Amino acid sequence: MAKETFSKVEASLKSRYRRERRFQVFGLGAIFLGLLFVSLLFLNIISNGYGAFLQTHIVLDVHFAPEIIDPQDKADVNPQILAQADYRQLVRQPLREMFPEVTGRRDKRKLYRLLSSGASFQVREMVLSDPGLIGQSRRVSLIADDDVDVIVKGHVTREDAIQRFGEAYVGWIENLVEAGRLEKRFNWGFFLNGDSREPELAGIGGAVTGSFYTLLVTLLLSFPIGVAAAIYLEEFAPQNRWTDIIEVNINNLAAVPSIVFGLLGLAMFINLFGLPRSAPLVGGLVLTLMTLPTIIIASRAALKSVPPSIREAALGVGASKMQMVFHHVLPLALPGMLTGTIIGMAQALGETAPLLMIGMVAFIVDIPGGPLDPSSVLPVQVYLWADSPERAFVERTSAAIMVLLAFLIAMNTLAIILRRRFERRW
Amino acid sequence: MNGAETAVLGTDTDVVTKAPDEAIKGKLGDDFQTVGNIHVDNPRMTTTDVNVFYGDKHAIRNVSLDIGENQVIAMIGPSGCGKSTFLRCLNRMNDTIDICRVEGDIKLDQQNIYDKKLDVVPLRARVGMVFQKPNPFPKSIYDNIAYGPRIHGLAANRAELDEVVETSLRKAGLWEEVKDRLDAPGTGLSGGQQQRLCIARTIAVSPEVILMDEPCSALDPIATAKVEELIDELRQNYTIAIVTHSMQQAARVSQRTAYFHLGYLVEVGETTQIFTNPVHKLTEDYITGRFG
Repeated sequence: MAKETFSKVEASLKSRYRRERRFQVFGLGAIFLGLLFVSLLFLNIISNGYGAFLQTHIVLDVHFAPEIIDPQDKADVNPQILAQADYRQLVRQPLREMFPEVTGRRDKRKLYRLLSSGASFQVREMVLSDPGLIGQSRRVSLIADDDVDVIVKGHVTREDAIQRFGEAYVGWIENLVEAGRLEKRFNWGFFLNGDSREPELAGIGGAVTGSFYTLLVTLLLSFPIGVAAAIYLEEFAPQNRWTDIIEVNINNLAAVPSIVFGLLGLAMFINLFGLPRSAPLVGGLVLTLMTLPTIIIASRAALKSVPPSIREAALGVGASKMQMVFHHVLPLALPGMLTGTIIGMAQALGETAPLLMIGMVAFIVDIPGGPLDPSSVLPVQVYLWADSPERAFVERTSAAIMVLLAFLIAMNTLAIILRRRFERRW
Repeated sequence: MNGAETAVLGTDTDVVTKAPDEAIKGKLGDDFQTVGNIHVDNPRMTTTDVNVFYGDKHAIRNVSLDIGENQVIAMIGPSGCGKSTFLRCLNRMNDTIDICRVEGDIKLDQQNIYDKKLDVVPLRARVGMVFQKPNPFPKSIYDNIAYGPRIHGLAANRAELDEVVETSLRKAGLWEEVKDRLDAPGTGLSGGQQQRLCIARTIAVSPEVILMDEPCSALDPIATAKVEELIDELRQNYTIAIVTHSMQQAARVSQRTAYFHLGYLVEVGETTQIFTNPVHKLTEDYITGRFG
């Protein structure tokens, strides 16, 4: 290189490198900002929600008094008696004994509010599963009320608590703490129970089951339909104006606000076809409409990425078009299709708006037994709890979000693993 | 792009018309006649007045050519001259291209292969094809070979299939190299082995004609030599049409050579004659390396 040229090159080199460095700094900055916001989100949710995985219990010595459970001693004849007995008496008894100084009716009622209304059901279950308990005494951990939970976990200051719940109530709790009668246990109920007005009894079991049925319907419908549509459009359909129109409309569909699909579902599936309201079946149908474009677009991209040489090879030995597609192209495109499907499913799992329109926002306590039972889904449950006034629902909302995020992360990880595992390069 | 091509065509034709050389027997144009004998005594395939269009682009112009039985015919010519397009017409591989339109008569054993009633699947079993880039299926070596016989139902049982696989690999000269690892993926072989695997795959359905589209362009000289040797052996049993960019290769493996230029079949003849004594000026220029 001539000396002159070289010096010119050298002069320009500096600015070239400077430009590169500047670009890298911008890129790093963008990534840093993104990570910052994600970690803020996670930090906020986790710090708010981790407490919900523990639930305060009050340890009481319950005497399974026969005179309360079975006053006429007829349980042998009529086992129904055991189920209908007044178990509230049973769990209130030890509380009265612990705080004998509480006498007034009003004060007593307040005292009983230390325990959750679920406590008597807890005792009932114990008796029903083992009637031999009657007549004996047991030390039992009974679910505490959400107010106790909030105070024990320190979500409200002492002053606030006294103002809100009264000095006596806070005093009883402090006594219980001193006596070692309060314990925090892992909150299985949060995962197993359905929704409830009582935060300490509310769980995501119903919502998770509802989400499961909804996604099952979505998957069973959208994967075969989406893949079939993609294969037809990509491999068999002639290239003409009609297929162009279809392609444009599929892309349009992907951009339609999801609430519109909800309105469509309400008008079509519920009003026209008479399908049940709030049912995972209808939710699944609506989410299928929403997921289809995602799956079709991803599947078409996966089909397109199969090199033409493989198609030619198959055709060259005399495979029919169908054989070419199903023996060679589809197996190679399937990982990409699955990735697209999982991402579509993850979207569907997090979708809220269209499900509100078809009534999945109803307050449903029972855990759905099938896709036709009324139910809620996880994101709608989050929405419902976030709207609730009780302080104890705040941490449950965050905990439900954590569960939702865990599912989403698991699904997206699966998509990445699938892609890595089955990806082929030419 | 079409405009540019036409422009080039125009200039080229002009050059030919203006050239003072008397050796030019005919200028390229609508009434151009191929130089040399397009017919052979024992044709396996005959093509008459074939025209191919890609949309508006006229890619092949009035090509008539016989492909003789148990013979290797080489098709040479500069890039974009239509030799690959012509080859792909012979087993209707061009059907896969939507905008491609083929006119004229192409007959395999006196049967028009573009007949609407003709099924393209058995045609491709009879006229096999080997492609430019080795394209084994991402399956085992065994399955690569067995695929064709399986879909056509050529083997009644596993033993017969094993035999087809072995004979095909033997004919392709690959058996000794892969007999111990038939379950290994075909994509794991070297480029030359992959191409011979593809040839074996084509042979496995016992075609009558084998079309090869620049089969050695992605191979190194040693692998190329092996494939060329193989082509020469296959000539005993098969009719072969090969497109190649390498004139040496055409000279080594073929008995007849066809020279294509801008969609015209300029000259056909015995390979020795084409390479030692080309008649048309364009053929001569190409062979002597003045362009191409």
